[in-house]
Amino acid sequence: MTADMVHVRTYNIPEYDIREILRYAGCGKAEVEELPLLQECLAELDGKLSFKVCWRYFPIRRLEHGLDLTFAETDSAALGRNLADCDGIIVFAATIGLGIDRLIAKYGRISPSKSFLFQAVGAERIESLCECFCAEIQKQAAEQGRFIKPRFSPGYGDLPLEMQESIFRVLDCPRKIGLSLNRSLLMSPSKSVTALIGITEKNTERSLGKCDRCENEGCAFRG
Amino acid sequence: MNILEYMKEHIVYLDGGMGTLLQAQGLQPGEYPETWNLTRPEVITEIHRAYFDAGSNVVNTNTFGANILKFPLDELDNIVRAAMENARAAREKSAGQHEKFIALDIGPTGKLLKPYGDFDFEEAASVFAETVKLGVKYGADLIFIETMNDSYETKAAVLAAKENSDLPVFVSNAYGEDGKLMTGANPAAMTALLEGLGADAIGVNCSLGPKELAGVVEEYLKYSSLPVIMKPNAGLPKVVDGQTVYDVLPEEFSEDVAGLMKKGVRIAGGCCGTTPEYIRALVEKSAKIPPVPVEKKEFVCVSSYTHMVEFGDSPILIGERINPTGKKRFKQALQENDIGYILTEGINQQDKGVHILDVNVGLPDIQESEMLENVVCELQAVIDLPLQIDTSDTVAMERALRRYNGKAMVNSVNGKEESMRAVFPLVKKYGGLVVALTLDEEGIPETAEGRVKIAEKILKTAESYGIDRKNLIFDTLAMTVSAEPHAAKVTLQALREIRFQLGCRTSLGVSNVSFGLPNRDSINNTFFALALENGLSAAIMNPYSVDMMRTYFAYRTLHGLDENCADYIRFSASYTPTQAAEQKPAAAVSADEYKSALQKAIAKGLGGKAGEITVQLLKTVPPLEIINGEIIPALDTVGRGFEEKRVYLPQLLMSAEAAKSAFEEIKAFIARSETEPAAGKCGFVIATVKGDIHDIGKNIVKLLLENYGFAVTDLGRDVSPEEIVETVQRLHAPLAGLSALMTTTVPAMEETIKQLRLGAPWCRVVVGGAVLTQEYADRIGADKYARDAMETVRYAEEVNQGLEK
Repeated sequence: MTADMVHVRTYNIPEYDIREILRYAGCGKAEVEELPLLQECLAELDGKLSFKVCWRYFPIRRLEHGLDLTFAETDSAALGRNLADCDGIIVFAATIGLGIDRLIAKYGRISPSKSFLFQAVGAERIESLCECFCAEIQKQAAEQGRFIKPRFSPGYGDLPLEMQESIFRVLDCPRKIGLSLNRSLLMSPSKSVTALIGITEKNTERSLGKCDRCENEGCAFRG
Repeated sequence: MNILEYMKEHIVYLDGGMGTLLQAQGLQPGEYPETWNLTRPEVITEIHRAYFDAGSNVVNTNTFGANILKFPLDELDNIVRAAMENARAAREKSAGQHEKFIALDIGPTGKLLKPYGDFDFEEAASVFAETVKLGVKYGADLIFIETMNDSYETKAAVLAAKENSDLPVFVSNAYGEDGKLMTGANPAAMTALLEGLGADAIGVNCSLGPKELAGVVEEYLKYSSLPVIMKPNAGLPKVVDGQTVYDVLPEEFSEDVAGLMKKGVRIAGGCCGTTPEYIRALVEKSAKIPPVPVEKKEFVCVSSYTHMVEFGDSPILIGERINPTGKKRFKQALQENDIGYILTEGINQQDKGVHILDVNVGLPDIQESEMLENVVCELQAVIDLPLQIDTSDTVAMERALRRYNGKAMVNSVNGKEESMRAVFPLVKKYGGLVVALTLDEEGIPETAEGRVKIAEKILKTAESYGIDRKNLIFDTLAMTVSAEPHAAKVTLQALREIRFQLGCRTSLGVSNVSFGLPNRDSINNTFFALALENGLSAAIMNPYSVDMMRTYFAYRTLHGLDENCADYIRFSASYTPTQAAEQKPAAAVSADEYKSALQKAIAKGLGGKAGEITVQLLKTVPPLEIINGEIIPALDTVGRGFEEKRVYLPQLLMSAEAAKSAFEEIKAFIARSETEPAAGKCGFVIATVKGDIHDIGKNIVKLLLENYGFAVTDLGRDVSPEEIVETVQRLHAPLAGLSALMTTTVPAMEETIKQLRLGAPWCRVVVGGAVLTQEYADRIGADKYARDAMETVRYAEEVNQGLEK
């Protein structure tokens, strides 16, 4: 295998996407006047987030039934489809830190509307961080004439959440980015993502938006 | 020779990286390095020996992740035994003539503690305790707790080390680029915490290279009275030709670390990426540096999980509002376990600018120890101010101190033997700045000399317990002037002598002085100013009193403590009375298209306005009429809008909160007038199920149910089926609401329903949460699946009506 190490980086990510935050806040596609309360939340959030990612490259191999990801084996068919034609993956974990959890908890008891908006902001921020990271990986792959697949997380399709344990083992997330795994396989801080990104030599279309790629058509947040 | 003896006269050299060297020898990604103690002992021994040969005085055993979360106890026993044997073998083989010690290495568990993770503080302490016991059993010379990025987990580990061994304890934390731990503490806060817990040396390791860590190390040197540890990485890693290499080489590394030794670092080594070569270079580079003496620092301070608060020239304000004495509404909140009300008191005082929050929850009819521990945990989850644990119940005091994430202020001890015997051991064990009242078995001396004499006695007794004078702060007791004309003068004189003759810091609860007099604020306020001028360092006070705050800001300005008078100017601007009054018309709410001003305020989600209007209405309209005639119809209108998708969730919530503000005024009115509250609707027990820590949805449902008059008992998140069943039985609640966000926690929901059916067959169960569907709800046997909060309310109304019939 190609020896690689766990890389760690802190990112600067784009400004808030207010539309996207409102979508996560259950305001759908409708035009809502910008909530003053949301502006209050964003002001309070200032300086309380950090955008960290740790990642590592692994070669992968097809097995008779499933995939050998080097650090783990899986028979997930959905992941198999996602990684068709891939010979390697980037495994990553991203988090925006504990600050948002503190605010969500602080207002959970005294102002659920703010708590709820903070959680929507958090969702938008972690998505934005993931997009930012994936764009960078895409650029790096492109320099080597390669392409990337849409990111794929444990819990998507038939890829079990237990995959989290393997990912945490190889990325050393607690030490690298202060991310820990709970018994129920959820993560703390809560606004965090782990995922695999397939790397391939074949030019695959990646033009569809993230909602269009998703199979859950009944989703309340479908954009 | 004992390490503590040795380090008095010498610089102590630690070892360097272990993980990086093991990877070079073939450790696979994800493989536990600790297992190599058993499977590749020769490799581990060789690494330790190389460090001893390079000049390390201390090597850390290869037990970073050796704990009962990763290994069953018998395997853990083998690992720690082998790890100690490997280190001892290395010590015997090493040719070096210098003193050599073996440290039991303890790293973080990788779990995040509650409330943001799911790992309980006591569970963490018991996990560390197992490893500590094995280290003692197999002969470690000291315990080295390292790479901790959470102050709370660090505390659990240090307590475990202290409770299960007599070995010296070194503690080193991992800081981010922002100079803070992942969970927020800065070096001053960690110093306060760890000195209080009785660590023997403290400092930093990992994360960054020596240059990037220099700032954090210098903070330690500034605040710490203990020897300071520095164990940085060899800079940042990168991959070159398939090998991981670090960008700071031994020459530069040793130069940088030696530079900080000259500034006072007494214990040094390396972390990730460093090798025996780095240690050798460091030993050579620093051979001629004489150890800088460790000086005792005189900071009188407390800390929270983020920062330290120092008692210096600028007065410290301690908010007194979290206290049931004389507050009916607060008593009611305690009786109803209404944590939200208590948190709001804390947050509001923080907004007013206090530095510390006093926490007193003593009431005859509640179990104080449990309540105090709980309130402390809840407060420190959302407020970053240090807390003052205020109780006369030493069981409650210990429980709160144990769980407090920092160095607490302790209120109080006094000159009675019994009091000192009960309180000082707790302060010695958990750390803390203790308020000492100048009274004893004879009562409160009438003279200043008498009070000073008691202060001297307390200082001496504290010393015999190993408690430094900087951890005592004296309260010379403000007595009521209406009862004793010279009371204030004596208090002030004693204050002055303790501050300026004994050189100790002081604190007073100022408002006692005016008891029984009209217009108490003016007496309090003047007394506060006099006390400040006579050496008062801190006041327990009411931050909502504009007079008191004005005195505070004016005092700082007059004493040159307020640069450019900026704080005073800002304060004055916010309290110009005319301005506040004139703002009203702009935000005024008239009835126009709504049925009334209150209904409009609720519909528009204007909480402050809804409260104000309710206060006015209460003068003429009975509470029940306001609820049924105004609040509920307004909520219904908004709720219908939400169901018809004209109103979105954030708007619904804002309306619900505005309604809550109106209810809050009604509750306060009822508490004041002592009228019987109107009979509410039936009980509703709500919880997020075991394993799930999401509670936003649950909190929304709770808010709406409360608005509609249900007696909601909120069990929180990650709640076991047993606890839910027990509560439903105890309250004979006709309704239970369960929330789950993840597919993985739906089985816990199913189990809870199953147990409810057996233990409380009368109870209807409504379920909700992101992953749930009608189909899921049917499969796990729920009575009702509610898509959103309004649907839960409608269902609860239905059940309640059925009961009334």
